[in-house]
Amino acid sequence: MQRYILSRVFQGLIALLALSLIIFMSVHLSGDPALLLLPPEATTADYEQLRENLGLDRPILVQYGTFLLNAVQGDFGHSITTRRPARDVLLERIPATLQLAAVGMLLAVLMGVPLGILSAVKRDSLLDKGCKLFAIAGIGAPQFWVAIMLILLFGAILQWLPTYGRGGPSHFVLPAFVLAWSIMAGMMRLARSSMLEVLDSEFVKFARVKGLTERLVIWKHALRNAMIPLITFGGISLAGLLNGAIVVEVVFAWPGVGRLMLEGVAQRNFPIVEATVLTSGFFYILTSLFVDILYVYVDPRIRIE
Amino acid sequence: MAQQTAVTEVRVSRLGQIQRRISETKLPWVPIVILTILLVCAALAPQLSPHDPTDKDVINSRIAPFETSQYPLGTDILGRDMLSRLIFGARTTVYISLVALGTGMIVGTVLGLIAGYLGGIIGATIMRIADAVMGFPTILVALVIVVLLGQGTENIIIAVAVTVWARFARMIRGDTLSIRERDYVVLARIAGVSPPVIILRHIFPNVVNTLMVLTSLQVGQVILLEASLSFLGLGLAPGSPAWGIMVSEGRNVILDMWWLSLFPGVAITIVVMAFNFFGDWLRDYLDPKLRRA
Repeated sequence: MQRYILSRVFQGLIALLALSLIIFMSVHLSGDPALLLLPPEATTADYEQLRENLGLDRPILVQYGTFLLNAVQGDFGHSITTRRPARDVLLERIPATLQLAAVGMLLAVLMGVPLGILSAVKRDSLLDKGCKLFAIAGIGAPQFWVAIMLILLFGAILQWLPTYGRGGPSHFVLPAFVLAWSIMAGMMRLARSSMLEVLDSEFVKFARVKGLTERLVIWKHALRNAMIPLITFGGISLAGLLNGAIVVEVVFAWPGVGRLMLEGVAQRNFPIVEATVLTSGFFYILTSLFVDILYVYVDPRIRIE
Repeated sequence: MAQQTAVTEVRVSRLGQIQRRISETKLPWVPIVILTILLVCAALAPQLSPHDPTDKDVINSRIAPFETSQYPLGTDILGRDMLSRLIFGARTTVYISLVALGTGMIVGTVLGLIAGYLGGIIGATIMRIADAVMGFPTILVALVIVVLLGQGTENIIIAVAVTVWARFARMIRGDTLSIRERDYVVLARIAGVSPPVIILRHIFPNVVNTLMVLTSLQVGQVILLEASLSFLGLGLAPGSPAWGIMVSEGRNVILDMWWLSLFPGVAITIVVMAFNFFGDWLRDYLDPKLRRA
């Protein structure tokens, strides 16, 4: 168990190192940062001075080391457009992304799991088929397009819901749904298949023979055992939600990390790109690590190779 | 010689088996028809489209669909024909996903075979790199690569291929590990057959099923990734006939010209769903064991 956790931590660290190296290289290969920072009237002497100040005259490996050391301490330099520390800009945006991810996750679980269970209990019914169609569409339809169509329908034609920005609870409905749909679909399918499997097992048959009510059999005996794969999937999805938010945040003008990342890319604002990509990557790795450990903990039957 | 005949016989009987199984199974006709239409559109885009997809015709701009027979699906703000743009969009989608998936598949398969057969430091290194790629969400990886390389068709293809190869490498390596221990591979090794020949002649044929299933299941993901990148403005040049770009162009005028975003989005959804259905069918047909994976 300890060895397993250690090797997973190690693996995550290597992945993060690779990401930081690529991000660092992308800044250095796509142009001289000193040229981006200098005003047009600057002289060659100014240029040399700035290069020295930024440490650009040192060997590239030393520069990477400095970059890494600063990044670990949360220092990503200053935003090129606003001159504010990239860390502060990033910190402002994190709550919006976390809120949206939490609401999306809640929606996916609260809708996906019960619908999946009902589909399994009432197998091949109209409800089962309807849920299946809903799930297939959720996996097939591109998020950005679904978002635009929902804006058209609920925002413009029916005028029921706000379509952009952050605000009251009604602002969450559309973005959270778009964010959650494909995960909801996965939850539903997984809940259905694991529930079917459990309903077919001996102990459920025994509970029925014992004369327990159908409700008790399903919600107490079967559900508890069908939950294990759902926990894993939920964890992986949560990690994905934090990052999958890029498209949703852009379409709904949600002031989160994903949108900041894309703005940074569009403006070639590299400190912002570095800060957002590395932080997202770090959280993603951390969450999947947590899920892997939780998985072993929840289900002791799992033996690690 | 005798051995040769035996092998041929086995092959013939297997072929017969496959033929019988095909005639017995229900083919997924709807996805097959949709995918055929997609491929025909992609191959014959210049012949099929009534107009040039980039031709601007300001006099005939903003025409709603189903109004004139000259522009059956309407025109956009610049007067470009929607139908022609959709057909050329099919070509863009097929081209990018085919090349990207093909590249990722070949690289992933070769590295997976090597990692599985040789193991050791080389194998471990390959798998650690694959783990690193798979440790992040695909869109993040693709975004970083686009930042690194800049925009353009080739770079989009590279970005998508980088996210895809790791999945192939991991799957193929797993298969190779078990095939490596089978008697005929062990015997070939004892007989002094060189590793490249063993991999090519004795291992590769046994991973083809996995490869086909994985490929068909990945197509939908690849199309969605390419469309998302194009939509975010990280993909092809603005104005290119690509479905993701078309949805994005229609976004700001969605109230006046709903058809601009609706049609390309429907096209993406239908094609992705068709590929997903086809992939599911192929998986169940070729290897029901993969269901859980």
